[in-house]
Amino acid sequence: MEYFVIIISAIFVSNIVLSQFLGVCPFLGVSTKVSTSVGMTGAVIFVITLATITTYLLYYYVLKPFDLVFLRTIVFILVIAALVQMVEIILKKISPPLYQALGIYLPLITTNCAVLGVAILVIQKNFNLMESTVFAISTAVGFGLALIIFASIREQLDLMNIPKGMKGIPIALITAGILSLAFMGFSGIV
Amino acid sequence: MNQWQNFLKGFIKENPVFVLLLGMCPTLGTTTSAINGLGMGLATAFVLTMSNVVISLVKGFIPDKVRIPSFIVIIATFVTLVDLLMAGYTPALHEQLGLYIPLIVVNCIVLGRAEAFASKHGVWLSFLDGLGMGLGFTFALFLLGSTREILGSGSILGYKFIHGDGMLVFVLAPGAFIALGYIIAIMNKIRKA
Amino acid sequence: MASKTKSTLLNMVLTLLIISVVSAGALAYVYSITKKPIEQAQLKKELDAIKEVVPDFSNNPFEEKQIIDAYNGSGKIEVYPAKKDGKTVGYAVKTFTEKGFGGHIEIMVGFLPDGTIEATKVLAHSETPGLGSKMTSEKFKSQFRGFNPAQKKLIVKKDGGDVDAITAATISSRAFCDALDRAYKTLKKEGLIK
Repeated sequence: MEYFVIIISAIFVSNIVLSQFLGVCPFLGVSTKVSTSVGMTGAVIFVITLATITTYLLYYYVLKPFDLVFLRTIVFILVIAALVQMVEIILKKISPPLYQALGIYLPLITTNCAVLGVAILVIQKNFNLMESTVFAISTAVGFGLALIIFASIREQLDLMNIPKGMKGIPIALITAGILSLAFMGFSGIV
Repeated sequence: MNQWQNFLKGFIKENPVFVLLLGMCPTLGTTTSAINGLGMGLATAFVLTMSNVVISLVKGFIPDKVRIPSFIVIIATFVTLVDLLMAGYTPALHEQLGLYIPLIVVNCIVLGRAEAFASKHGVWLSFLDGLGMGLGFTFALFLLGSTREILGSGSILGYKFIHGDGMLVFVLAPGAFIALGYIIAIMNKIRKA
Repeated sequence: MASKTKSTLLNMVLTLLIISVVSAGALAYVYSITKKPIEQAQLKKELDAIKEVVPDFSNNPFEEKQIIDAYNGSGKIEVYPAKKDGKTVGYAVKTFTEKGFGGHIEIMVGFLPDGTIEATKVLAHSETPGLGSKMTSEKFKSQFRGFNPAQKKLIVKKDGGDVDAITAATISSRAFCDALDRAYKTLKKEGLIK
């Protein structure tokens, strides 16, 4: 039952982008087309999950026992950067077409606040390893959901008559605001 | 570009938030009030300035291939420094900003300026660039934070001037997006004028 | 401006090593300086919370702090006796719950010796802003002043109790009650309150 709450809240109620503001940069930058959004989502799910598991293990088995908690930020971000590099190299070897498809989005994920954010959040929320993994996957799915919905809307917006001052980012932000408002409606579920 | 222009560009012409559209996450997440926005902005400005300076100093010694990881470690060190100092000396603000303090390390502005400027210029110019961009960022956060606080809580810098609640939506997630959207639209108009 | 150092494997590893060691060293130093202020800030926060939830006292609650196992073995709570002129005027209990919407919630609750709740203060939570976070508001907290769990049920009305839950934040409200209940039942088991 607990897992159900974690999943629903991570995807809908406390959506990582629309309510926690993590991952907003790629959210605004990649969402101009639905196809690229789907690619980004896949990469993000993969990296967030791996990163969370790795940083979790490092935190509880290395940092905490040795009273090195203050090195958390450095260790976490280095792990994420290294992981992204590794994923790039492995993908290039195992599946060149997939690597091509994801291409430029992979390195961008390092600076995606959502990845570091989730790594820190699972520590703050005192989740165990299984809960952290479920949370990480759900969060990434929530990111993807918001991203793809947003991209679909933006593709439509492009064809509309928007006042000159509002074109581009301003109207995108306001749309995101309305989407965020809509997602707030989920808060009564659990 | 002379020194003065270098410093000022971060405020309007190349404001990191309104023009370069970088550092959105903390911009939206920490501006529930003017003070929070101010605090976050200054913390980031500190990290930005210091890391720009250090990176500019050691850029000659860092092999090209490990540039990015090295910058990241340097930036992360200053972020942790700010985190520790705030936890010890400004605990209330530290609690308000919470998760966003360690997130300064992934703030695209910091790594962006390191890569685009500090790694190619001398110490003094890098210092000005970092300071200017950092203060410009602070200005943006303060502006958004004040707007959200006035509209959403009916207060400014903690002083309430209405009874009861304001338009609560502005201190919540949707309001952040909407307020920022409008401010950028207005800024676009001002810059084009 | 290109780097003067070539990207040989040795140089790369050496550079990263040096930078990491210098960073870790600098941070260890700052950590050692700030450790005390951070602890003190935390203590001050707790002392302020204790002052808020129990009647005036003249002792130092930290000196008589007791860490007790919760009545049902679900963890440990901290009990701070508040005394005035040698007489116990109340107990401030740092209790917790893991059932919050965002997980862990820490609450300082003050009990009078007769078992009545004096006041509550939320110390830490990850509840949703605007919803579960309303548990820190006077509107929600005021119903607990003078609430005696021996006479009224420390459960939300929805589940048959006497506590008004926060609208659309039932889980947070239930968690709040869970924390208070843990403190109450443990104090009772230890014989500290009636």
